[in-house]
Amino acid sequence: MNAQTKKELQLWAAKIRKTALRTIQNAGSGHIGGSFSIAEILSVLYFDQMHVDPANPDADNRDRLVLSKGHCSPAMYATLALKGFFPVEHLSTFRKIDSDLSGHVEMHVPGVDMSAGSLGQGLSTALGMALYGKSKNMDYHVFCIMGDGEIQEGQIWEAAMAAGFFKADNLIGFVDNNKLQLDGSLEEVMSPYPIGDKFRAFGWNVLEVDGNDVEQVGDAITQALAGRHGKPAMIVADTIKGKGVSVFENQVRFHGGQPSAEEWETAYAELDSKIAELEGL
Amino acid sequence: MGEMISTRVAYGQALEEFGSNENVYVFDADLKSCTMTKYFAEKYPERFYNVGIAEANMVDIGAGFAACGATALVHTFAIFASGRVYDQVRNNVAYPGLNVKVVGSHAGLTVGEDGATHQCVEDISLMRTIPGMTVIVPCDAHETREAARAILETAGPCYLRTGRGAVETVTDGFPGYRFEIGKGVTLTEGGDVTVIACGLMVQEALKAEKLLAAEGIHARVIDMHTIKPIDRELIIQAARETGAIVTAEEHNVIGGLGGAVAEVLAASYPVPMEFVGVKDTFGHSGAPLELLRQFGLTPEQIATCAKKAIGRKK
Repeated sequence: MNAQTKKELQLWAAKIRKTALRTIQNAGSGHIGGSFSIAEILSVLYFDQMHVDPANPDADNRDRLVLSKGHCSPAMYATLALKGFFPVEHLSTFRKIDSDLSGHVEMHVPGVDMSAGSLGQGLSTALGMALYGKSKNMDYHVFCIMGDGEIQEGQIWEAAMAAGFFKADNLIGFVDNNKLQLDGSLEEVMSPYPIGDKFRAFGWNVLEVDGNDVEQVGDAITQALAGRHGKPAMIVADTIKGKGVSVFENQVRFHGGQPSAEEWETAYAELDSKIAELEGL
Repeated sequence: MGEMISTRVAYGQALEEFGSNENVYVFDADLKSCTMTKYFAEKYPERFYNVGIAEANMVDIGAGFAACGATALVHTFAIFASGRVYDQVRNNVAYPGLNVKVVGSHAGLTVGEDGATHQCVEDISLMRTIPGMTVIVPCDAHETREAARAILETAGPCYLRTGRGAVETVTDGFPGYRFEIGKGVTLTEGGDVTVIACGLMVQEALKAEKLLAAEGIHARVIDMHTIKPIDRELIIQAARETGAIVTAEEHNVIGGLGGAVAEVLAASYPVPMEFVGVKDTFGHSGAPLELLRQFGLTPEQIATCAKKAIGRKK
């Protein structure tokens, strides 16, 4: 990845965070921690890797993303708005009555390829999309972002087994390994580790990267697409929950909780300073 | 007497017959020889996926196909198709309004010897309560064939219920019979009471009609193959013209066909009503016919309830 692309993707990640935060603040609720941990993944996917066209969101041969951890809709909707699928101003209706932007991602929103919200199901729907593409000899790719807590759901492993069995090598998953879930740390609640070995055992290529490093995420996707050989790929992304704002990072209360007045201020100050720094480079 | 053939076999044959469209995809969870998707699988192996014993994964894979524009048909026993995957059907099929057909076979008590864990008497209720779902319960092979063709031609989420055992074909060649989703079929034109039935209880209702006729009671029999959207007009007309209603279903009396009919009557045209069905209890092992007798799913019980409803007329 060249320096210019890297800077641009870092900038988009920062803007995704700030836009998501404003969206949550307007709504009065929403999931900060898991939205912030996937900002780099969304930035790399939508502003570099994925073939999508905001003017033609339903194109048959577009790449697709299933945000299986559907509660991280603020980051998803922020990304789609910044990409141009709908106006950024529309985000102010998030979670409000009569808005199409509900609490969890829904596919009637332009740019959303699959609804999600009930955890554990996105890898299966993504697999369905991938198998359809293979059946029709279409060359699109399907991406799926799962939470690390989410993979405690048994259906993820049904899908993992089937994707390996069906050789769905147009499917690329991410586990957002931010190490925290609603009730505490994964280690305390229910450890899914080792994550990579489990997917390997089901016939996946596994790549383990720093998920908050745009260069590593981008390289992993490129590598996953190049070295498929009949296998789906899982990118286990080591991330920080609440990444990008000091007071949010690694704080379990920001899974779904809201900041104090002071914390809002700190958050915007840090994000604005990050954006200014990247724009100045 | 009509041909004896199960609705699951008729469904499997129909799927093979009408499944030529390149956008039709069929999924099964290790039950293709039971749900009878095996006929389609043999003819169109490139559009058939056996996902193994993983029903939740199957439904969502189907949803993924449908999200790309396919017609996806997912198959397993009714007990799993409604209960085990309720969340998948609700959130990833019905809510996004995807073109996924959920087909539950081996429904009701007549699974027989397999016993209560496999005797689903709640599926109509569970599927009916999901917004946007169409629910179809065909009574015989001919109607099943028509239903299969109709659901393949109609976009949107749908639940289709089939049964294990052979049942008599009664709708084939029936004068004026035409299958349309959401439209019940009046099989006999009596004016004293109406029996509204679905599934294999349609045949039992026709036998009850003869028992009642022998006593000088003229029963109208309606084959209500679509539970949702329910044919309100036909129910209200029957209530107005006959003044008493009996429902008959191989399902819990709570929430199924009886519930759907009662909702219409209560809101629009209340008349005395009786329910023939499983009385809010689990089944158990036994031969199918023994079970139907033991649980009161018989022509005699329908006739008794018909007389009771007539007796309650004001």
